[in-house]
Amino acid sequence: MQKQAYQDPQTLKRLFSRRLIAISVVVGLLSIVLIIRLFYLQIIEQKHYSTLSRNNSITLIPLAPPRGLIYDRNGVLLAENIPAFSLTIIPDHVKNLQDTITQLRTVINITPENERVFYRELKRKRSFDEIPIKVKLSPQEVAEFSVDQYRFPGVQIQATLIRHYIYPNDFVSVIGYVGRINDQDAQTLNSSDYAATNYIGKVGIERYFESELHGTTGYEQVETDVSGREIRVLNKTPPIPGADIYLTIDSKLQEIAIKSLGGARGAVVVIQPSTGQVLAMVSSPSYDPNLFVAGVSDADYKALRDSPEQPLFNRAIRGQFPIASTIKVFIGLEAVDGNFVDPDKPIYDPGYFQLPNGGRKWNDWKQHDWVNFVKAIEVSCDTYFYQTSLKMGIDNIDKILTEFGFGQYTGIQMKEELPGIVASPAWKLKALRERWYSGDTLNSSIGQGYMLTTPLQLASATATLANRGVRFQPTLLLKFIAANGTADEPKPIIEAPVEVSARAWNYLIKGMINVVSGENGTAAYGFRNLGYTAAGKTGTAQVYSLKAGEKYNAKKIATNLRDNSMFIAFAPVDHPQIAIVVAVQNESTAKLIARKVMDYYLLTEGHLNEQ
Amino acid sequence: MSNNNNFFQNFKPAGRNPQRQTFWDWLHLDPILLLGLVALLLFGLFILISASEDDIFTIIQQVERFGIGFIVLLVTAQIPPEKYRFWVPWIYGIGIAMLVAVLIFGHVGKGAQRWLDLGFFKFQPSEIMKIAVPTMVAWYLHTAELPPKGKPLLISALIIFVPALLIAKQPDLGTAIMIVIAGGSIILFSGIRFRLIASLGLAALVAMPIIWFFMHDYQRGRVLTFLNPNRDPLGAGYHIIQSKIAIGSGGFFGKGWFNGTQSHLNFLPEHSTDFIYSVLGEELGFIGGIILLSLYLFIVGRCFYIAQKAPDTFSRLLAGSLGLTFFISAFINIGMVNGILPVVGIPLPLVSYGGTSLVTVMAGFGIIMSIYTHRGLLRG
Repeated sequence: MQKQAYQDPQTLKRLFSRRLIAISVVVGLLSIVLIIRLFYLQIIEQKHYSTLSRNNSITLIPLAPPRGLIYDRNGVLLAENIPAFSLTIIPDHVKNLQDTITQLRTVINITPENERVFYRELKRKRSFDEIPIKVKLSPQEVAEFSVDQYRFPGVQIQATLIRHYIYPNDFVSVIGYVGRINDQDAQTLNSSDYAATNYIGKVGIERYFESELHGTTGYEQVETDVSGREIRVLNKTPPIPGADIYLTIDSKLQEIAIKSLGGARGAVVVIQPSTGQVLAMVSSPSYDPNLFVAGVSDADYKALRDSPEQPLFNRAIRGQFPIASTIKVFIGLEAVDGNFVDPDKPIYDPGYFQLPNGGRKWNDWKQHDWVNFVKAIEVSCDTYFYQTSLKMGIDNIDKILTEFGFGQYTGIQMKEELPGIVASPAWKLKALRERWYSGDTLNSSIGQGYMLTTPLQLASATATLANRGVRFQPTLLLKFIAANGTADEPKPIIEAPVEVSARAWNYLIKGMINVVSGENGTAAYGFRNLGYTAAGKTGTAQVYSLKAGEKYNAKKIATNLRDNSMFIAFAPVDHPQIAIVVAVQNESTAKLIARKVMDYYLLTEGHLNEQ
Repeated sequence: MSNNNNFFQNFKPAGRNPQRQTFWDWLHLDPILLLGLVALLLFGLFILISASEDDIFTIIQQVERFGIGFIVLLVTAQIPPEKYRFWVPWIYGIGIAMLVAVLIFGHVGKGAQRWLDLGFFKFQPSEIMKIAVPTMVAWYLHTAELPPKGKPLLISALIIFVPALLIAKQPDLGTAIMIVIAGGSIILFSGIRFRLIASLGLAALVAMPIIWFFMHDYQRGRVLTFLNPNRDPLGAGYHIIQSKIAIGSGGFFGKGWFNGTQSHLNFLPEHSTDFIYSVLGEELGFIGGIILLSLYLFIVGRCFYIAQKAPDTFSRLLAGSLGLTFFISAFINIGMVNGILPVVGIPLPLVSYGGTSLVTVMAGFGIIMSIYTHRGLLRG
């Protein structure tokens, strides 16, 4: 046992007794506090509380905050909240829910889907909350129900705010949409924050900035009678609306891009190189997000989901396309910078390339005869890049691609973004359980290999080219304006730059200028009489494999097997205002679309001479 | 009649003639404390019958717990205080080990990790610690120089805060608070100087902004809601508003058993467990509240009497602390449903439905009875 410090037992006992008395006094005082409190509640305030309780009771009614609005960069309103009527049921005030719903069906059309959503919400909310069974009633439905309302105690028509997207098809690739809260959403939500909210961001900006857009739920302390009717409001804490969001999108430019695509399957992404701000981001064809707000009907959803045009597929951030010949600018940059080629020394292109040890012939798309580096970019000479890539090796190619951000999430405010692929020997072994062949490197060098990129990634890389290596994270957020008026404007996020010698940049950009303005440039046809300087690169990705000796003829093959076209560009060359990517599936129109969008932004909107 | 005789003999301190044993001495029970407990349990059951809307399943389960509680009380009363003193370091050590095990392998129930699944039964180590912690502090202090200061005080604090933090992490804030109160009350009884208490309070006050500075935003939010339930009016704040209406509308005599409108109309949540006092307040009124408080004070008074009569420091501290802790948990619960204290998950002892806590409380009273009935026989 422990060493006992000797203390006189009588002293210890006295010490304890004194303390016991002190503590007993405290216990007594605490009891008196409770008695006083009970006396106050039950005797002095008894009348007050009795009135509250006898026939009336206090209920807290949560008040939904208005969702933050969404504007474009110039303050054009894109997403608003409009009043709509919905039919709600308070479960506590209804004798038999199922009977009531059956009865309601005689007055108003309630689909099984409506009913399913209602029961789902019932689990999440309190039994004395108003739960919508049908939202967005037509004026006729409102009128018809109102006539019969007396038959349905506990069933009411409520005016609520619902989301409305003003330009139905134009901005869904950016903004996304809100929808009814489902079981999965409910699990991650704080139920008292969403006590009055029926909608949550499902896709796009609406989803990414859910917590900013939602706002803070308010509440009303209401006196109700036994049947739940409100008698008077005792106390009200108003909800705080969500923050408004200003996007970096230029809505006019977005509309021009959509118009230029003309319904083709494809994507356009436009970035402001000096900030990384996304000025336009289009995926075509599109769909109306308003369908999803009130709960999309099964038939509508099936039609969208099963359409061969795949409107629900956001090609700008989820379309992982072969990068095609646009890869040549990135490989070329590294080839010059790493001295893998002498850019001034021409090579001979007989129209094909053969590995040194013989074997299969790798076709060029055309015989180009003598080409140096600048010309190789201008005419998109395959043979030049077959040769160069073999000298570089796949590791050096992957290095520069990774530096430009390929194969990685760009970090844009879209949770649905896909990362693309930078194909490496290690990747191939893991994904396909096959080793890497020289042929794979050759395929990679003209962008026909395993590498995949999203239009957004390619646009971000193009902006980096325009900046000669300075990289910004692409962003859709210009600023928040909180309900109290304070603005929060994020600064551009700078990423690790691509460090390459000025000499390499000069050669590359000269080649890219020639693509649009050189006499043999692959995009020269689309860029005649240009009112500004531009640098670009075309790309054509094969969807259909040609047999040996077969010539490509678009008219002879099925539409969905025709080549995809890609075009990247930035302009003006000396102080770039715009970087653009156009990807079009099964059509060769990418460069023409890019020209229209660039002309609009630089000439019509007049951003050409901005500094 | 002979029984009656023994009953009265028990009012004399048995220490004076240890050779004469009464029936109650033989059972190692204190009939007066027992009377108080039985009265409180029956009163609590009376309220629960109404609070549970006469749900026979709930009532039978509660009565079963009474049975288990009494068996545990009978067993713990047989064990002399010396044995507790001897074994407590081991029990405390094993308790700490089990708390760590719960954090690592624990069974998650209702979103918190409190249970240790031993295969054949599930076990909540934090309940044992409600008794083991104050006993351990009493064990440590019974050989220290009293009143304690400096190092002994620091070690006592460690004995308390290590398990309290482990339990708070489960997270079970209510139990963690009760353990700090139980351990702290031992220190209080040990005669710690009031000046020292004041300076410790001051130190805590100074430390608060520093801790605040290091907390995450969401943690700050929780603390603020804890201090001010109106921040979360649809959650904790709602309970308080409804509870106050129920109690206030009860008036002096109450609306009568089974006549409470607030609790029966489902305005009042948790009316069988943490908020059972609101049902009592509404149906039995101010009078019912005074009866309940008197029962608590009677039991606590008897515990203090036993502490005063105990022969050694260890027993004195333990009996005093168990009694005080019992009162404080009742005070916190009643204060919380009346809206003068923040809402923490502390049940009304021996009255709230459910929880292993009823059995733990009965074990505590068993130890107090052991202290009383063994005091003449063996001295530590």
